[in-house]
Amino acid sequence: MSRTRPGRDDSPDRLYTLTGGRSSSGSDAFDLVTLVVAECDPVPGMQSEHTAILRMCQYPTAVVEIAADLGLPVSIVRILLADLLGTGRISARHPRSAYRLPDPDILEQVLVGLRNL
Amino acid sequence: MDSATSDRRETRRTLSSTADNGLKIVIVGGFGVGKTTMVRSVSEIRPLNTEETMTKAGEGVDDTDAVAGKNATTVAFDFGRITLDAHNVLYLFGAPGQERFWFLWDRLFSGTLGAVVLVDTRRLADSWYAIDRLEHHGTPFVVACNDFGGPSHTAEEVRAALDLSPEVPLVFCDARSRASSKDVLISLVSHLQTATLSHTPEPTP
Ligand SMILES: Nc1nc2c(ncn2[C@@H]2O[C@H](COP(=O)(O)OP(=O)(O)OP(=O)(O)O)[C@@H](O)[C@H]2O)c(=O)[nH]1
Ligand SMILES: [Mg+2]
Repeated sequence: MSRTRPGRDDSPDRLYTLTGGRSSSGSDAFDLVTLVVAECDPVPGMQSEHTAILRMCQYPTAVVEIAADLGLPVSIVRILLADLLGTGRISARHPRSAYRLPDPDILEQVLVGLRNL
Repeated sequence: MDSATSDRRETRRTLSSTADNGLKIVIVGGFGVGKTTMVRSVSEIRPLNTEETMTKAGEGVDDTDAVAGKNATTVAFDFGRITLDAHNVLYLFGAPGQERFWFLWDRLFSGTLGAVVLVDTRRLADSWYAIDRLEHHGTPFVVACNDFGGPSHTAEEVRAALDLSPEVPLVFCDARSRASSKDVLISLVSHLQTATLSHTPEPTP
């Protein structure tokens, strides 16, 4: 079942091309479990990674799942997502409890969910 | 994989459109201690694998210089997913607990609910470092002893060897079992509730 680890065999040139050589501004907002939802369909001529993300995110999909699916490091995916967010093509549902001690209501919901597994 | 299992996993591949809150729990432990096995046991998807690139200073690396390998390293981790209800989705991350991976953690797992330290009682020392770090960071955790059929140890023996403080739950598990792995997660979340309660100011009478 194990796939080759993403990113390892990608040449730096390819990764550079994917991100246009830009760095991360704005991409920090994406947590590993931020859920991404496409707000439009892919359009012809779009960068293939952007197309893939929009297809994948017809339903909410976590950043980390997108990275695994594209076979790209999370850091690169964050940059791609920042592009798409900037142009309104996706929306992002960020985790609600980013604090050390989470909301007791959320914990109760987690417990109920786990017990029901 | 039997068909009932794969059916269940296939039908749950896509999250509901109402899903809006991702939650994280980390399973940390030494090499081969059963992290991936535990993720697989409870996950509704086949465990997936990805990686994050970081600078040696522990900062996220998002620029392409770093991706090209300058002063950067990558850590691979696997993860699974549990849909809890219409809104909440729990992601489980399996991550190596060795010293040389720890500088990645702040970035990778910030905002995590808590951690499961998975230990093999034949190699308890492998988990010392992870426990130290979690205590230092104030990340709540439980210790789960994975049963590899070695000589059995009492909870007291394991606690003493790990120098665990009394409030940290210690449980025994079989990571290959869904029910057992689920119980470990429940013990962690119950522990989190206790921790949260003891930090919530009592309402004044
Ligand atoms: N007997 C026994 N074997 C187990 C148990 N859990 C895992 N194993 C086996 O131990 C081996 C290692 O398990 P993994 O889940 O790959 O361990 P890991 O911690 O993910 O390993 P790395 O990612 O390589 O560090 C596999 O062959 C598992 O089948 C257990 O509870 N009991
Ligand atoms: Mg593993």
